[in-house]
Amino acid sequence: MVETIQATRLHPLQSGRTGPAAVSVTLADNATRVSLRARPDAVAALSKALGLALPTKPKSTAVNGSRAALWLGPDEWLIIDDGESNLVADLAKAKVLHSAVDVSHRNVGIIVSGKGAEGVVNGGCPQDLSERAFPVGAASRTVLGKIEVVLWRTAENTFRVECWRSFSPYAFAFLQVSARDIWV
Amino acid sequence: MLLIKCPYCEDERPELEFRNAGEAHLVRANPIVDQSDDDFAAFLYFRQNPKGLQFERWRHIHGCGRFFNAVRDSVSDKFLTVYKAGEPKPNVEQLVTRGTTPAEAVVESPAPRTPRTKKAEA
Repeated sequence: MVETIQATRLHPLQSGRTGPAAVSVTLADNATRVSLRARPDAVAALSKALGLALPTKPKSTAVNGSRAALWLGPDEWLIIDDGESNLVADLAKAKVLHSAVDVSHRNVGIIVSGKGAEGVVNGGCPQDLSERAFPVGAASRTVLGKIEVVLWRTAENTFRVECWRSFSPYAFAFLQVSARDIWV
Repeated sequence: MLLIKCPYCEDERPELEFRNAGEAHLVRANPIVDQSDDDFAAFLYFRQNPKGLQFERWRHIHGCGRFFNAVRDSVSDKFLTVYKAGEPKPNVEQLVTRGTTPAEAVVESPAPRTPRTKKAEA
């Protein structure tokens, strides 16, 4: 007798895997964000006002409680605070020459978390994201697909992707598709 | 993908993060009104584009955002060195002799390759 095997039909938009995705792509909580620019001589005073030492090494971050400072350039930082504290008022206390622009509503945060998160981000980001080149706490402005993002590794398998709000549907969809393709 | 070292990030980054910004070390005359039209045209429009070593400006636009200078071989696309904006031109002869030129790389490579093929056969 001939045995027939029925193939399972998959919708083209459906993922090939049956179990839940190993990597989750979720929206980050609302946060206050400030684009901070200052010369090296103002770093000490600004660090004091913020309550954390602004990182001066490339690709590094400093975290204190809910507040984090990401090194973006030799004179540029992105400060993210998802707590209740008033970031803008704290910076106003610093009487040194600096530029602090509230970009809370310009940016959208996306959290990519789970085993294989590195591969999911690498689906559109050409940077070396191995633990050796991009350790926990590393952050950098880079490229994701055809947009620019700020990438921050908050844990071994967790990345925070900060993109501009008009690019957020693209970034979110891109990361979701990338997560679907990752098999761990 | 081509990896380019950014002197500000002190790191090798993928070429997608960079933009070429044309020839480096062009100096604007001061005062510019005293310059003849031909000299000004040469400053504004005419570029060398030599085959071989080029001094170029690059911008790490999707990274730290900084402009820097680089010496690149337009034939092999190899970056000989990168240096921060404002720093003087590096000595090209020194760079060529110190860094491995493509010709040297070809001469040197067969030697380490031979033992590997022997191992594979055994």
